Amino acid sequence: MKSIISSYDLTREDVEEIFKLASKFVKEQKGDSLRGKTVALAFFEPSTRTYLSFNKAVINLGGNVIGFSGAEGTSVTKGENLADTIRMLDNYSDAIVIRHKFDGAAKLASEVTDKPVINAGDGKHEHPTQTLIDLFTVFNHFGTTDGLIYGLLGDLKYARTVNSFLRMLTRFKPKSVYLISPPQLRPRNEFLEELNYPYKITSNVYDVIEDIDVLYVTRIQKERFLDELEYERIKESYIVDLNLVSKMKKDSIILHPLPRVNEIDRRVDKTAHAKYFEQASYGVPVRMALLKKILGE
Amino acid sequence: MEEPTKKELLVSKIKNGTVVDHIPAGRALAVLKVLKITGSEGLRVAIVLNVESKRIGKKDIVKIEDKEVSENEANLITLIAPTATINIIRDYEVVEKKQLKVPEVVKGILRCPNPHCITNNDIEATSVFRTVKVKPLKMRCEYCETEIDENDVIRQILGNPQIKPV
Repeated sequence: MKSIISSYDLTREDVEEIFKLASKFVKEQKGDSLRGKTVALAFFEPSTRTYLSFNKAVINLGGNVIGFSGAEGTSVTKGENLADTIRMLDNYSDAIVIRHKFDGAAKLASEVTDKPVINAGDGKHEHPTQTLIDLFTVFNHFGTTDGLIYGLLGDLKYARTVNSFLRMLTRFKPKSVYLISPPQLRPRNEFLEELNYPYKITSNVYDVIEDIDVLYVTRIQKERFLDELEYERIKESYIVDLNLVSKMKKDSIILHPLPRVNEIDRRVDKTAHAKYFEQASYGVPVRMALLKKILGE
Repeated sequence: MEEPTKKELLVSKIKNGTVVDHIPAGRALAVLKVLKITGSEGLRVAIVLNVESKRIGKKDIVKIEDKEVSENEANLITLIAPTATINIIRDYEVVEKKQLKVPEVVKGILRCPNPHCITNNDIEATSVFRTVKVKPLKMRCEYCETEIDENDVIRQILGNPQIKPV
């Protein structure tokens, strides 16, 4: 199989196949489809969850892992460029998983190697394997990803998980999608223009919370605001607390790609809506499924 | 080619080469930039600026002796001079009128305005822009997907933020 740089690199059939495999791996995290294979983890930007879950996914499938997390201690600090680092990894591995701080780095990597490249987050661009985990959580809860009302809350402009999520939904039939953010953090037009499902942009989560089946929360980062006071004023209206949760549909769920800082009140963790830790637990089985699909014969 | 209003030509006819006519006034230098003509190549080049045109009001003309622009170069000219016409001259006669179309892909000439785009941060990366829409022009970076419009393109090639759109 080819590289996975964007959510667009996966069809609905691909995603459904991955979900089917992942369901199996949730029950038993074992397999041998990567026996004799080596996966390189090239994490130029540090990561906890994504790095560890890819690492564990490869080991669970009987494969070997090489690589690094954080550019420190690698030749990158000596000024080696991305392409040269990827060429080296190409010699040692059967697939390359890349995390990088610059937008488009995964695509550039895929152009200097014939091995499949998996984008594990490139700057503010995309993070498609996170979306697979997000939608797998939805699928597990509702038995489908179609016909639901999604609400994306927070930073919809600079969050790569949001870009990949919006794009992956074009493979399905969401009933509608609410895009809830401060005006300056609305999704980029080039991403909105491509959507093939109904969506509505709003700034007030309380206007739409009662409709939502899946509330997907992302963090609003201070550095996105020129004015700190503006940030302080705005951030309060995007915090998910017990008051907001009390207005949610009975069967609705809350997702978050994590790490969470304070955008979800910790008291919400105990409610039945909170699915973000369960979501995180699917990191390994979903990535096992993806690796098996890409590398396993 | 349109005749200037006065009987006399500002620049005489060329024997062999290319005439780029109907360039929006003020963009002739950008056309040379796109064609990578700096003057040091030794080519004889005539540049006519701000002459009257029945079709577009005021226009620029560029005549390049002993160089026939390629299809690809011709298409690049449309990025900054959508009204331009390109005639190939052999022995004082127009032997070919190039049909211009906006190129599907532009490699290396444009710079992605996103400072965090990998094309601005890796020595081996070359910018690649794909045309999303022709009118009004909209091009998208193949790497980070940032979009640029006609003004961005002109500003980059001309290095002049004051340029008026056509």
